[in-house]
Amino acid sequence: MSVLVYTESDQGKLKKAAFEVASYAKEVANQLGTTVTAVTINADNTAELGNYGVDKILNVSADALKDFNAKAYASTLHQAAAKEDTNVVIISSSADSKTLAPILAVNLNAGYASNVVAAPSSTSPFTVKRTAFTNKAFNMTEINSDVKIIGVSNNAFGLVENEGAAAAEAFSPNLDDSLFGVKVDSVDKVTGKVTIADADVVVSAGRGLKGPENWGMVEELADVLGAATACSKPVSDLGWRPHGEHVGQTGKPVASNLYIAIGISGAIQHLAGINASKVKVVINTDPEAPFFKAADYGVVGDAFEVVPQLIEKLKEFKANNA
Amino acid sequence: MKILVCISHVPDTTSKINFTEGDTKFDTNGVQFVINPNDEFGLTRAMWFKEKQGASVDVVNVGGAETEPTLRKALAIGADKAIRVNAAATDGFFVAKQLAAVVKDGGYDLVIAGRESIDYNGGMVPGMLAELTGANFVNTCIGLEIDGTSATAVREIDGGKETSKTSLPLVIGGQKGLVEETDLRIPNMRGIMMARKKPLNVIDPVDAAKETTAVKFEKPAPRGAVKLVDAGNIDELINLLHNEAKVI
Ligand SMILES: Cc1cc2nc3c(=O)[nH]c(=O)nc-3n(C[C@H](O)[C@H](O)[C@H](O)COP(=O)(O)OP(=O)(O)OC[C@H]3O[C@@H](n4cnc5c(N)ncnc54)[C@H](O)[C@@H]3O)c2cc1C
Repeated sequence: MSVLVYTESDQGKLKKAAFEVASYAKEVANQLGTTVTAVTINADNTAELGNYGVDKILNVSADALKDFNAKAYASTLHQAAAKEDTNVVIISSSADSKTLAPILAVNLNAGYASNVVAAPSSTSPFTVKRTAFTNKAFNMTEINSDVKIIGVSNNAFGLVENEGAAAAEAFSPNLDDSLFGVKVDSVDKVTGKVTIADADVVVSAGRGLKGPENWGMVEELADVLGAATACSKPVSDLGWRPHGEHVGQTGKPVASNLYIAIGISGAIQHLAGINASKVKVVINTDPEAPFFKAADYGVVGDAFEVVPQLIEKLKEFKANNA
Repeated sequence: MKILVCISHVPDTTSKINFTEGDTKFDTNGVQFVINPNDEFGLTRAMWFKEKQGASVDVVNVGGAETEPTLRKALAIGADKAIRVNAAATDGFFVAKQLAAVVKDGGYDLVIAGRESIDYNGGMVPGMLAELTGANFVNTCIGLEIDGTSATAVREIDGGKETSKTSLPLVIGGQKGLVEETDLRIPNMRGIMMARKKPLNVIDPVDAAKETTAVKFEKPAPRGAVKLVDAGNIDELINLLHNEAKVI
């Protein structure tokens, strides 16, 4: 009976979130007095999972799983859970994990708690803390079923090193044709750029930037910080930035460690999507902008003056702290 | 084509969130309830299928009698029939099992649910429903075309989007992008009048265990006031982010 954790990869490389869910799984395993087994799908160099408390790795390598497929991935985890006699499965909050988890929940007849932000406060009854009401509250949830699935929010638990050596073995799930009722035709993905979901730092800008021609400095700031870029809804509605960058209640959720908002008013619908971010910095000309009430640090000033300075100073800072 | 749109009845985004009974119940006092925004995009897309390709559109909600105005609004927007499963929607798995019974009973080809509801944000129901009914499933769906029994769906993924081919029966978890916000419909007087005459069937829930229980709510600790940094002193901002917040 180990805790099973699905450690995701992108183009063969384990994601940062994979190490975070592994860290979380180790904490749960400690509470339950058991071990951690990770499942990877088409990932290379999985040994590093041992540094985050994983005892055993089931490496799946299968051409059929080259593209994400919710049912086939869920079935793979289902079979791994059966092999390991698991009753707790940990997954991340990526778009893919959030898609496969409900299917796996039906397969395992398991209660599934998504958006979990802390280690279980008790394992009997099994109780976890989740966000609710688009981050305006938390909800303590008890999972009553024998098998439990926990979806951990990005950056909520963090990385915890737990030195150890993981034993790896190949695992070949049985993949029936009936699992592939949805076939990927094409993927249109920005490569080489940090995605909003995975980012530690997000630099976001709003209508205060006046036009798409002014996004150069936003991208430069993001570059210096290794950050993803994002925007408010009107900015994507106006076509200044791609729709995938729109964050908020009707856009993408952000759970970064640092969120820098430039020329964004801080309307409640925007805050709903970014409240899970830890540290928020606001740059706005209007001292009355609602965002200042939700921020940790603020600069009342013109983005066109503040941002270029910030870029220069950060470059200096990085050079001195390299 | 028979379409079922799942409608979640949720507090309007601008609502103040409070709890009662020792923080165990959501305080509905003074709260305005609306159709879940993700479901509203789905409902509008369903109307498009109905008008352009011919389809019947039913809407369904699992909830108490208090959700009926929300279902009537969906009827006023143009749905043909509403179904209310008379049970409190306290657990995603429980709701999915209720909806699965409705889907099996009604023989729907396409089920449109929202990616998540904005109250519990679980994001569980659409995927569970697909698996329980044996339908294909596309989540975070931002584009859907149907041709006979074949479907082309676009879904949002981290860092981009993905187009896939699938077939009916299909369940989608929809969101903005299925239609544009400017296409969303506001019920007009005629729609509201007609909605009063449309069927709203109340049915009993099927037996299903509740796998999870929300035992208590908590509000985030009040945050300290923002620390303002002078626009002429960006070094100080960097210093705070490095030494105090430890994020750079
Ligand atoms: C149902 C619904 C859902 C919604 N969902 C979302 C969502 O998911 N995400 C979202 O973002 N919005 C959403 N909105 C819209 C939201 O209510 C706001 O309209 C939006 O967030 C405002 O965007 P903004 O701050 O970029 O623009 P504005 O409101 O125009 O604010 C621009 C800000 O920039 C400042 N500014 C101007 N010039 C400068 C300068 N030179 N330097 C610095 N600052 C400057 C101004 O002081 C102002 O505060 C939703 C609305 C509704 C009704």
